Amino acid sequence: MIERTPLLNLVTHLVLVSGLVLLLMPLWIVFVAASHDFHTVNQVPMPLWPGDHLAENLAVAWQKGNFDRVMVNSLIVALGVTVGKIVIAALSAFSIVYFNYRLRMLVFWVIFVTLMLPLEVRIVPTYAVAADALRPFQAMFDAVGLSVDLPEWNLLNTYSGLILPLIATATGTFLYRQFFLTVPDELTEAAKMDGAGPVRFFLEVLMPLSKTNMAALATIMFVWSWNQYLWPLLVVTDHQTFATATMQLQKITPGPAFGEPPIWNVAMAANLIVLTPPVLVTILLQRWFVRGLISTDK
Amino acid sequence: MEKRATFSNLWLAAALVAPQLLLVFVFFYWPSGEALYWAVTLEPPFGGSNQWVGWMNFETVFADPKYWNSVRVSVIFALLTTALSLAIAVLLALFVDRRLAGHQIYKFTYFIPYALAAPAVGLAFRFIFAPDAGFVSAINRVFPNLWNPALDGTDALALIIMAQAWNMAGYNFVFFLAALQSIPRTLVEAGAMDGAGVLRRMRDIQLPLITPTLFFLVIINITDSFVNSFGIVDITTNGGPARATDLMVYKIYSDGFQGKDYSLAAAQSIVLMVLVVSLTFLQFRFIERRVHYS
Amino acid sequence: MAEIAIRSVKKTYGKVQVVHGVDLAVRAGEFVVILGPSGCGKSTLLRMIAGLEAISAGEIAIGGRVVNRLEPRERGCAMVFQNYALYPHMTVADNIGYALKVAGLGKAERRAKVEAVAASLGLEDFLDRKPGQLSGGQRQRVAMGRAMIREPKVFLYDEPLSNLDARLRVAMRVEIRKLHQRLGTTTLFVTHDQVEAMTLADRIVVMNAGKVEQVGTPKEVYGRPESTFVAGFIGTPGLNLLPGTLDPGAGVVHLEGGQRLAYDRQRWAGAGAGRVMAGFRAEAARMARPGQGLDAVFEFSEELGAARLVHGTTGGAMVVVSLSDGRDLSPGDRFGVDVPAGEVQLFDAGTGRRLSGERAPAAVPGAPVLEAV
Ligand SMILES: Nc1ncnc2c1ncn2[C@@H]1O[C@H](COP(=O)(O)OP(=O)(O)OP(=O)(O)O)[C@@H](O)[C@H]1O
Ligand SMILES: [Mg+2]
Repeated sequence: MIERTPLLNLVTHLVLVSGLVLLLMPLWIVFVAASHDFHTVNQVPMPLWPGDHLAENLAVAWQKGNFDRVMVNSLIVALGVTVGKIVIAALSAFSIVYFNYRLRMLVFWVIFVTLMLPLEVRIVPTYAVAADALRPFQAMFDAVGLSVDLPEWNLLNTYSGLILPLIATATGTFLYRQFFLTVPDELTEAAKMDGAGPVRFFLEVLMPLSKTNMAALATIMFVWSWNQYLWPLLVVTDHQTFATATMQLQKITPGPAFGEPPIWNVAMAANLIVLTPPVLVTILLQRWFVRGLISTDK
Repeated sequence: MEKRATFSNLWLAAALVAPQLLLVFVFFYWPSGEALYWAVTLEPPFGGSNQWVGWMNFETVFADPKYWNSVRVSVIFALLTTALSLAIAVLLALFVDRRLAGHQIYKFTYFIPYALAAPAVGLAFRFIFAPDAGFVSAINRVFPNLWNPALDGTDALALIIMAQAWNMAGYNFVFFLAALQSIPRTLVEAGAMDGAGVLRRMRDIQLPLITPTLFFLVIINITDSFVNSFGIVDITTNGGPARATDLMVYKIYSDGFQGKDYSLAAAQSIVLMVLVVSLTFLQFRFIERRVHYS
Repeated sequence: MAEIAIRSVKKTYGKVQVVHGVDLAVRAGEFVVILGPSGCGKSTLLRMIAGLEAISAGEIAIGGRVVNRLEPRERGCAMVFQNYALYPHMTVADNIGYALKVAGLGKAERRAKVEAVAASLGLEDFLDRKPGQLSGGQRQRVAMGRAMIREPKVFLYDEPLSNLDARLRVAMRVEIRKLHQRLGTTTLFVTHDQVEAMTLADRIVVMNAGKVEQVGTPKEVYGRPESTFVAGFIGTPGLNLLPGTLDPGAGVVHLEGGQRLAYDRQRWAGAGAGRVMAGFRAEAARMARPGQGLDAVFEFSEELGAARLVHGTTGGAMVVVSLSDGRDLSPGDRFGVDVPAGEVQLFDAGTGRRLSGERAPAAVPGAPVLEAV
């Protein structure tokens, strides 16, 4: 459209550039701060251009935050949640959409309701369950008077404890369900005519069709689980072995709020290490990330 | 809604949905039920099983001015972050949707803040807004002690509001832009033919057509401000100074895991759950009412 | 009412040129239809006139005023879009009255005008509904109302009827024509449907691949196509076109298959020898006994009710003859195609343009017989 509004066009560009500065400046500052020595970074105001201590600060932060170990942990957790979610959600959505049983709607709602309460809202009780994941069953056996003794299954300080509670929501199931409902019935009927059973249909027709949705879900889930903070903080007490990357931020953050002189350059280097993987993933896979955001509605 | 062609192997259907149901039961329903149980019982100090105390825990919670302070701070936090973040995002989305030369660049960069973990955002903002280093501290050179989130509650609250609003702005932008781009181009052109200029069209045509997205985002942002804020508060202010940033989730955490008072924390959790669930119900109502264009 | 002058208008998107220098003069009050196949640049041309698309080169003037640099709202055009583009969140009344609202008209005055327009379109009962609660035809009317209320100098329609079912399309066609008779507003109407073009237009602009192929009355474009493209595009079926070599001495075209087709030597006196396309209308040819006229082999026929289209091949080229009486043939049967010499039209085989050196015909060939009365 021709809109000869030079003034408004100028305003538009100004707004957009300000937006860019506003939204990316904090990241830039983290980067710049991570590249100066202790003295420079504490100048007021600090320089806006990067210095040449980046490698050094990163090395200190890496060592101080035990990132050798925690990056691997974060990766395991993020991949575990992502894969677990994709598989479990696909299976349950397939069951809900493609099978006809009486409890189907109930099952759907039972899963769907979990969308309402994020983990952070119910940490206290979830934490208690994590201390013995079989306790719900033990309690049920006790209640009906069965004297079965289940062993204790403590999830604290385990990868399962970090991963499983994060999988237990309906995000992915809902996404798959929405997608499956758009798959034409004729496809199922054609598969049936060809003699394919449900498993075959699922693996050879439905899954290949779901690739884009899976990629979108995977991107979102990876970033989301990498960024988990509160839950790992609770489940992990053995910091040497099981800490995740985000948890290290607390450790590396200078003392009781705004107390002792903070070593900002190292803190920002650590921050850079922690935020790089999810930022890279979103930039490289941005098409899917955006798609995933919009179709999961979280 | 329903499929015409379905399979009928019941055992398979059950097996497929079983893992999800187990997870949901163990990590969602049981804990939520247990929270209810704890909220109405009290653990005796010298061991033994919990004792039924009815509404007592809630009464304790509601009688505590610290709790009401936390509620007040949370509400202010929720409303201001939501308003700030949505305002920025919708403005940017409207202008990106003008599709002037180069608008693609913004499309590909504006959502990046959302990729950051809350504690990472917290740490970055704590540095940027530190009273004695970083950037904003320059103000203190001119007006000494004007800005100090370590001592001034209002400053601290402003700090976490900005951090959270920044974190969500990218997310909101993505939704607003998608909504704007789903408006048929000819509607905007029809507006131009009817004589409406750029700003007038934004007001009369584009904004009204994205109100469903706006409502949806309001709910999401409020919910997220309850949930996501923990990481920000924990890294920047620890709820201080003087509980000025003691948000509800943070208080539950500090009462339950640092104070070890599970019953009190559970009662607070229940209140928060009710709040979040009501918000979600509102959201579903709006999703159902989403306008279908064309 | 205003005339429109389009002078060497071009449009490029990046490196791709989609409109290659269009010249067109539309008289005040005229109803001009722009007709062409999909993707030929019709909408682009219309949108350049409306101001929705920048003009890459050339000039457009409305009512004598060059509008290249004017905003859509300053050009005095109103547009009806293919998908109607009604504002879904406004009522019918608000949709129709939006332009007046933007112009700053008072509420009462607006309401009165909206009601008048709605009444003229039979929309009185729907004023408080949202577009989503209307049928396709009603939406179409609202879109027209929205265009009418501004009393524009020019109406622009971009395939406004293509989303309607066949019956409604005919009805709306009549309404649009009536509306034009009543208001007399200069109208540009884009379509790829030739029936629509034929029935509505004072003049038709036939476009192809970003160029104007011919401008003329419906009768002219049908009876005297300027190029093989127009010849093939206009009419159902299009003109039969047979490649061959012109022999002015003998007054025949030597067709590629070796047959001869006689043409009117007086009329095409200026045409020199060379490779040509010889054309004739299916309705102008007669079917004859085998051996008479052009030799053809029957392939299939299409029943149209009033007539029947007989498809065959002659010397490797397709040929169609329209018949009103029935003789049953089976595939492979031979038959003759008798083409009166006066009905043969000639086109340059290389450029596809109509051969020059044609004397103005006494009557347009192939035109309805009514003309002679
Ligand atoms: N924004 C654009 N960028 C690049 N090419 C475009 C753009 N808009 C249109 N075109 C191209 O310009 C040519 C003409 O498009 P236009 O819409 O004018 O066709 P049309 O004649 O209206 O066709 P239809 O009957 O299908 O509506 C097409 O080849 C189209 O691909
Ligand atoms: Mg078009």
